[in-house]
Amino acid sequence: MNYFPKSLAVGFVLASFASASVLAATHPVTGETLADDQTFTYSLLDEFTSVDPQIVEDVSGSAFVRDLFEGLMNQDADGNLIPGVATGFTTNDAKDVYTFTLRDNAMWSDGNPVTAHDFVYSWRRLADPATASPYSWFAEIMALENVGGVMSGEASPDTLGITALDNHTLEVRLTASLPYFAAMTTHASTFPTPEWVVRTSGNDWTKPENIVSNGAYILTEHIPNERAVRERNTMYWNNDATILDKVVTLVINDENVDLTRYLAGELDMGTVPSGQYLRLKEDYPDEATSFPRLCTYYYTFNLSPSGQEAYQDVRVRQALSYAVDRSVVTEKILQAGQIQAFTFTPGATAGFEVPPVAFGQMTQDERNAKAKELMAEAGYGSDNPLNIELMYNTSEGHKKIAIAVQQMWKETLGVKATLANQEWKTFLKTRGSQNFDVARGGWCGDYNEASTFLDLLTTPSGYNDGKFSNAEVDELMLEARTLSDATANYTRVEEILANEMPVIPVYHYTGVFMLKSNVKGWPYDNVEQNWYSRDLYKVSK
Amino acid sequence: MIVANKNKIVEMANNLSENDSGTGRSLWKDARSRFIHNKAATVSLFVLIAIVLFSFIGPYFAVWSNEQIDWNAMGIAAKVGMPSIESGHFFGTDDLGRDIYSRVIQGTQISLMVGVLGATVAVVVGTLYGATSGYLGGRTDQIMMRIVDILMSIPYMFVLILLLVVFGRSIGMLFIGIGLLSWLDMSRIVRGQTLNLKNKEFIEAAKVTGVSDFKIITRHIVPNLLGIVAVYATLLVPGIILAESFISFLGLGVQEPSTSWGALISEGAGTISYDTEWQLLFPLAFFVVSLFCFYFIGDGLRDALDPKDR
Amino acid sequence: MFNFIIKRIGIAIPTLLILIALSFYLMHAAPGGPFTSERPLPAQVLANIEAKYGLDQPVWNQMTNYIWGILTEFDFGPSYKYHDRSVNDIIGQGFPITMKYGFWSFIVAIGVGIPLGAIAAIKKNTWIDYLAVGISIGAQVLPNFVMAPLLIIVFTLWLGWLPGGGWNGGSWEYLIMPVIALSTSYMASIARITRSSILEVLNTNYIRTAKSKGLPTKTIFFRHVLKPSLLPVISYLGPAFVGLITGSVLIDIYFSTGGMGYFFVNSAFNRDYSVMMGITILVGGLTIIFSLIVDLLYAWVDPKIRY
Repeated sequence: MNYFPKSLAVGFVLASFASASVLAATHPVTGETLADDQTFTYSLLDEFTSVDPQIVEDVSGSAFVRDLFEGLMNQDADGNLIPGVATGFTTNDAKDVYTFTLRDNAMWSDGNPVTAHDFVYSWRRLADPATASPYSWFAEIMALENVGGVMSGEASPDTLGITALDNHTLEVRLTASLPYFAAMTTHASTFPTPEWVVRTSGNDWTKPENIVSNGAYILTEHIPNERAVRERNTMYWNNDATILDKVVTLVINDENVDLTRYLAGELDMGTVPSGQYLRLKEDYPDEATSFPRLCTYYYTFNLSPSGQEAYQDVRVRQALSYAVDRSVVTEKILQAGQIQAFTFTPGATAGFEVPPVAFGQMTQDERNAKAKELMAEAGYGSDNPLNIELMYNTSEGHKKIAIAVQQMWKETLGVKATLANQEWKTFLKTRGSQNFDVARGGWCGDYNEASTFLDLLTTPSGYNDGKFSNAEVDELMLEARTLSDATANYTRVEEILANEMPVIPVYHYTGVFMLKSNVKGWPYDNVEQNWYSRDLYKVSK
Repeated sequence: MIVANKNKIVEMANNLSENDSGTGRSLWKDARSRFIHNKAATVSLFVLIAIVLFSFIGPYFAVWSNEQIDWNAMGIAAKVGMPSIESGHFFGTDDLGRDIYSRVIQGTQISLMVGVLGATVAVVVGTLYGATSGYLGGRTDQIMMRIVDILMSIPYMFVLILLLVVFGRSIGMLFIGIGLLSWLDMSRIVRGQTLNLKNKEFIEAAKVTGVSDFKIITRHIVPNLLGIVAVYATLLVPGIILAESFISFLGLGVQEPSTSWGALISEGAGTISYDTEWQLLFPLAFFVVSLFCFYFIGDGLRDALDPKDR
Repeated sequence: MFNFIIKRIGIAIPTLLILIALSFYLMHAAPGGPFTSERPLPAQVLANIEAKYGLDQPVWNQMTNYIWGILTEFDFGPSYKYHDRSVNDIIGQGFPITMKYGFWSFIVAIGVGIPLGAIAAIKKNTWIDYLAVGISIGAQVLPNFVMAPLLIIVFTLWLGWLPGGGWNGGSWEYLIMPVIALSTSYMASIARITRSSILEVLNTNYIRTAKSKGLPTKTIFFRHVLKPSLLPVISYLGPAFVGLITGSVLIDIYFSTGGMGYFFVNSAFNRDYSVMMGITILVGGLTIIFSLIVDLLYAWVDPKIRY
């Protein structure tokens, strides 16, 4: 803690030392004996994009920002909403005006108090076109008053629907009724930013020598592509409850090296290379971890006019989908508890029941038999084989699945599939301009609700690269927005998709990692996997 | 284009030998006999031919094709995918249960072709360019070498991506991509040697007697460069064979289920600590043996062709 | 000589401009841009971002603005991917790292490679020669992507002697594995070029004359053979040292060194135009400087060479 200027209140520092020494003995709630060294080291496959709350756009960067900054509300280990800088909030009946009460003991790491004005500044900053935040659309889905005008530059950022009534009271006005609005304030984009530091240091304000933050940790070292270190922020209002003293992020670009270094004891948390989970689970049952994620892996047919005519034939699409043995993909290639997919929406999604779509109920032998039948009906056979180019973006995992699917199609249907990998941005451009036969896709839910998946296959969706268009689906999804319980609509849409087969759902993702067994407090039950370092601790072995 | 250049060289060489055969001995006959007397070079040549033959005959002994998946071995290669005569996987399987034996054979064809043709392009273009630049000297040399500087500094990944986007995917584009990248160093080295050579008496003599620049370059400079060219070419081959896997990574070049040594070695290296060492060792063994062969052949050629030894 | 250097520096400027223009065109012609993502950004958001970075202007304007920024403020622009960093920051951080492990790799490669090649040449076709050749090929056939994971498994996982990666300001224990992995392939090339070059020189008339005069072998070798045979080695080393900046990507990937190689490759994949341009200009500048140095060295090795 030598980075703290001596001029700071000595008593405060002493108090935190005192409490730290008490904590070094046992955990205050569970009573476990804590390790002496409370340093947590984990790895990232890639450097994160930013630690600026309003700029950050990736998952690993958001985790970093959640440690450095604190928003109005936080999540607990189960994903429930708990107080952050705000002690609570009230809302009107229409749920379009929210009033947050801020705690008076929240402080920035330079000793300034955290006030409602800091949030006003940061939210305006998020929407301000001058900031040009890639995440400014988040302000739009928060439905803040005037956000459209601010983002297009027509209105001044001052007109945004957020006001500091006094230093500790914040009022937010929305243009729509959003019952879940408070939950959105756990998102990194809404975290406060210290205006005075941004003013004086400009783009350099996030560098360790300049940064001022209000979260449980402060950034003390950052060498892009090598390491970043955050250490305990003694000014944090709840510093006494923080157990980890130091969190180190190492960037390790190769997953196999990552695992080697984890096994060599250099990391507390590491990567599981693709296909290695089962083996690691056998050798390290307490450390290898797998949990379901809200993501779907699929192949999309090009149904646009530029696509092959064969894909306009629903029998061809069904046959190709039926012939994919999903159990091979999940159990032999991926081997980390992934779930076979017969619907586009993962079963783990809240408020979604996986409908009993017919082809999901069959055995693979039945599916193969049916697929052969359909393919023959469509007029393709050994004398007239279907030629397909299966496109995927360069990656070891995508390659393995594509190779297996190619062989399945060949052995079951006699389809001649060629594989084509492309580097990521070229791939996106090719797929986005409908210049493909069949392309790989992956989709992760933005929120825990089925529409985040099914909207993708509606006609107006910007993500619908296969250009599937079905009037009934569009109508059902539009209607779902106004229903309090849209489960029936989602079920119906999935049934239509199972018949029309615009995409081949392959599997639903799981997250996997290695975590040393002496690290406790990981929020396994938080579906969004929003973790906070201050909830973690290391017990002595 | 490559073939055309090759023919040209042979033709050139023939002319050369005719003109220089005043002593009554053919330069090429002489070189051949010297090469044959170099034991390491001849043995290497035979081994290399054996590898090439193997890549054509090998498939007749294969139980599995290079793309076929052994569904029983898939995902458990470490337990059941080891090399075995019974299972028909003589070299074991990869993680997907594909036969390494067949894949090595198929990769051998691709990699040797890529390596030899890529190096040929680089050698022919680089040598002629470098020799011309160095011999002509002055402003021409300056401009030609600054072009090389520019081409060396251009972010080549974009060149490769554009090749893919504009011309699509084909093995021909792979050679062009590789050739484009690898002749630059060659031209630099050749130019350096040429600068040194052109001050030698025999070049001066040729100049005085009115031999044209083109003839001096092709008949006097280039033959005297063959030593360093042969060595550098053998250095290029492994580089090119490995570079192929990176170019394929960008989407250009060899596509699965076809493979190459570079792809096999890098896959095998990735899984090195998961008890599947055969995935690395077999392709690596082929690679290593071939490189030794290339080296000794290159060395033998150098000795055989060295005009000073005549 | 002085005039020659001035002239070359004069040519460097148009050379760099052509390089910048070509690279700019290539980058913008490649599909996708820095803000292309799996989830296309809403039109308004994208417009704001493009306006901020000037990406909404014609490529020609972008290029002139870019060059102007460099000339007036030495500003190479912000990174489009790592928003907290400018290109100056990234190069300022990565370049010294690459230079440090690159420098030591070259020292090792030259220090081992040249003697190895020289011994092999002098003792041609003896077991010493074959051993030297075996070592140099052996070093070359283990590509970086095989060597690097092996080193980490042996020295970090099994023996626990060295950290498995990172840089930590470049302290020696973090330097060893990158230098081993990187120097081996250069060493092999240097040894083989040296060997062949020395053989060539040994065969020339004036060395034969010197030998027939009965001069001691040692004197002949150090006075008359070594210097002229370094010519091709110099031709090889110049570009190789520059190539290190962009070619050390595997070292950065496997050892998490944070050097330039990974930034270079990654900026191409991310279409991080400004980082790409910054590195390209750096590489271009160094290429030009090293070409000049190599040319000057030629003149030193062979005083007959005139430009």
